[in-house]
Amino acid sequence: MSAEPKGHRDHILVVIVENKSGVLARVASLFARRAFNIQSLAVAPTEDDHLSRITIVVDGESAPIEQVVNQLDKLINVVDIQDLQPGHAIERELMLVTVAVEPEHRDDIVEQLDRAGGKVMSVGTDSMMLSLVGDPDHIDTFENLLRPFGIIEIQRTGRVALANLDETIE
Amino acid sequence: MKTDGGQALIRSLEREGVEVMFGLPGGAILPVYDPIIDSKIRHILVRHEQGAGHMAEGYAQATGKPGVAMVTSGPAATNIVTPLCDAYLDSIPMVVITGQVPTAAIGTDAFQECDTTGITASITKHNFLVTEAQDIPQVIKEAFHIATTGRPGPVLVDIPKDIVDPNSPRSTLEWEDSVEIDLPGYKVDTSVDPEAIQKAVELIQNAERPILYIGGGILKSRAAEALLELAELTGIHVVTTLMARGAFPDSHELCLGMPGMHGNFTAVTAMQESDLLVTLGARFDDRVTGKLDEFAVNAKIIHVDIDPAELGKVRQPDVPIQGDCRTAIEAMLSVLRASGSSDADRTAWKSRVSGWQERFPLVYEPSTPEQALKPQFVIEKLRDATPSDTIVASGVGQHQMWASQYWTFNHPYTWINSGGLGTMGFSIPAAIGAKVGCPEKMVWAIDGDGCFQMTAQELVTARVENIPIKVALLNNSYLGMVRQWQDMFYEERHSEVFLSKEIPDYKGWAESMGCFAMRVEDPEEVEEAIAQANEIEDRPVVIDFRTAAEEKVYPMVASGTGNSEVIVPPSQENEIR
Ligand SMILES: Cc1ncc(C[n+]2csc(CCOP(=O)(O)OP(=O)(O)O)c2C)c(N)n1
Ligand SMILES: [Mg+2]
Repeated sequence: MSAEPKGHRDHILVVIVENKSGVLARVASLFARRAFNIQSLAVAPTEDDHLSRITIVVDGESAPIEQVVNQLDKLINVVDIQDLQPGHAIERELMLVTVAVEPEHRDDIVEQLDRAGGKVMSVGTDSMMLSLVGDPDHIDTFENLLRPFGIIEIQRTGRVALANLDETIE
Repeated sequence: MKTDGGQALIRSLEREGVEVMFGLPGGAILPVYDPIIDSKIRHILVRHEQGAGHMAEGYAQATGKPGVAMVTSGPAATNIVTPLCDAYLDSIPMVVITGQVPTAAIGTDAFQECDTTGITASITKHNFLVTEAQDIPQVIKEAFHIATTGRPGPVLVDIPKDIVDPNSPRSTLEWEDSVEIDLPGYKVDTSVDPEAIQKAVELIQNAERPILYIGGGILKSRAAEALLELAELTGIHVVTTLMARGAFPDSHELCLGMPGMHGNFTAVTAMQESDLLVTLGARFDDRVTGKLDEFAVNAKIIHVDIDPAELGKVRQPDVPIQGDCRTAIEAMLSVLRASGSSDADRTAWKSRVSGWQERFPLVYEPSTPEQALKPQFVIEKLRDATPSDTIVASGVGQHQMWASQYWTFNHPYTWINSGGLGTMGFSIPAAIGAKVGCPEKMVWAIDGDGCFQMTAQELVTARVENIPIKVALLNNSYLGMVRQWQDMFYEERHSEVFLSKEIPDYKGWAESMGCFAMRVEDPEEVEEAIAQANEIEDRPVVIDFRTAAEEKVYPMVASGTGNSEVIVPPSQENEIR
């Protein structure tokens, strides 16, 4: 999945589904069949064992978002869908990344990482594994900053999100 | 009470009121076939599982009740994929039960294992893989609920052998007198928004060139009577799509017939020139709209559909109304009755419409003495010689378009065809299903020779199971519709469309399947043959009508062009300027 910063044509759909086998496959195959593009997807159980939460970031240009929502809603196992508006949700993503670092550059990276709020997970002779949690733009920025060093391996989780509480100030 | 999964499955079907099912047994589903012997459900043994699926569809289309088919795992499940997709595209309520290998063998490439729920996920409204015997009664109830409510559609239930086999400990369950459905993600909202109805009525009252654009949803919501009232109260002309033929009487003065690629000139043009399309249970299919950006560009759109995903999928409506068509029409009627039907002056529009009707009727050239029968002539003769509530089931091709054009449909649920998927071979099994559902009605299949060769074996089923359908085979020795495209768009270069003039011998073939069969070549013999067929009640009848291969379906809007470019028959070309 590309790490290019995304504009606000992306939509975050929070899809609550029945926690049954095969449900993720139904959701994924619906996107494929209707030619809707998924930017990222994260799935996990919720506070209720019968339900799972799928957070899907949809490229709003591949199809009108109402159409995506309406088609998803027709899946029998989909219980609820929220279309989270940008700016009205807290979004988080986790990145694990291994970068090539000569020992003399380590301090440099650690300083940047501290400023960004990340952690060093593991250190090798000429590489380091870092983790960073944040909103996706923040992660994009940090990823770009690491590029010149040489990224050996990277895994981003894709976004998870919850709607803002009335009083939340981000 | 303790029972086993197989018994529970059949009892669950009985509890849903199932009277008939269509199927063919095999290894994985064997345990469910044993209790059928003692059940009051009539089981019709087909010769190919595709036949079972289309029969269930025909039964559902004719009766409004869900069709039921049951087949075994693997190849039987894949054989019924086509009818599932067909029912999905035409929103036909159907429940298909498939056998599956035992739960422990799932995923091992066991004998006759296939991923049935995976294969059918995108062509069913929903499907279930049941893994515990105890779940069978509830799942069956849920399957029927999903298939028959909201926008109807096919539901598949996949049943592993070990949960139905009495020899397996996993098949034991406690039978409950009632079960509850538990579908937290399935809600059907049939009510309509009164504000939207109000807006729709205002548009209707002010429109100068309105058209009622009627789709299959009207039949699904059993709204034909309400529609008649709406049309008569407002005086608005009606077009009925291929899926809605019969939803409004063709003989009615407000009926303009079928729109679309092979619709009649007036229906196509009136939609194109309209300023308001009152769209009821139709979905702006590409076969209706032609080139989308040129479709009815000056028309405002009212769109009523039970499926919210249809609203704005193809054409953005000015007034979207999510809900049941009948409820919506009745709501419109009560507003209209209170406020008066129209303020607009529609005299100019009405005279334009009748002008088109006069200049561009459906026509064909009668055959000359040395020519073969004209298929349109055969259909007209058949129409005139059969009761007006005769059910017509058609295949896919030229004969389907002529049947839709030249038949006069005056009753709902008398036209059964494969609209969305366009499945060759649909007619014979669908006619069988319809006849099983409506034994008191005359049922004619209008079939092509290409189609006939895909599913004719079900005539054996019809004879053996005593289902006396009649088949008018419009035999032009060609895959005629494809030939027509090659004639018109590939410089008459015929590639792989000629079948054969003599092989098979349809009369002999039909006789060998236990049918009464005739072959008709002379226009003089047509009436007599039909009269004879109509007299036969004790077996299926097949008439092999030898028809003219060069005949084309007109009018036509060529694929990719706009609906203002209707190709009319040569005899009307001088009318177009
Ligand atoms: C299963 C299937 N295969 C292929 C087609 C493409 N197709 C559409 S119409 C047609 C010809 C049908 O021939 P026939 O049944 O003889 O009818 P005719 O057009 O000659 O009346 C074909 C091949 C189809 N619709 N369905
Ligand atoms: Mg033919």
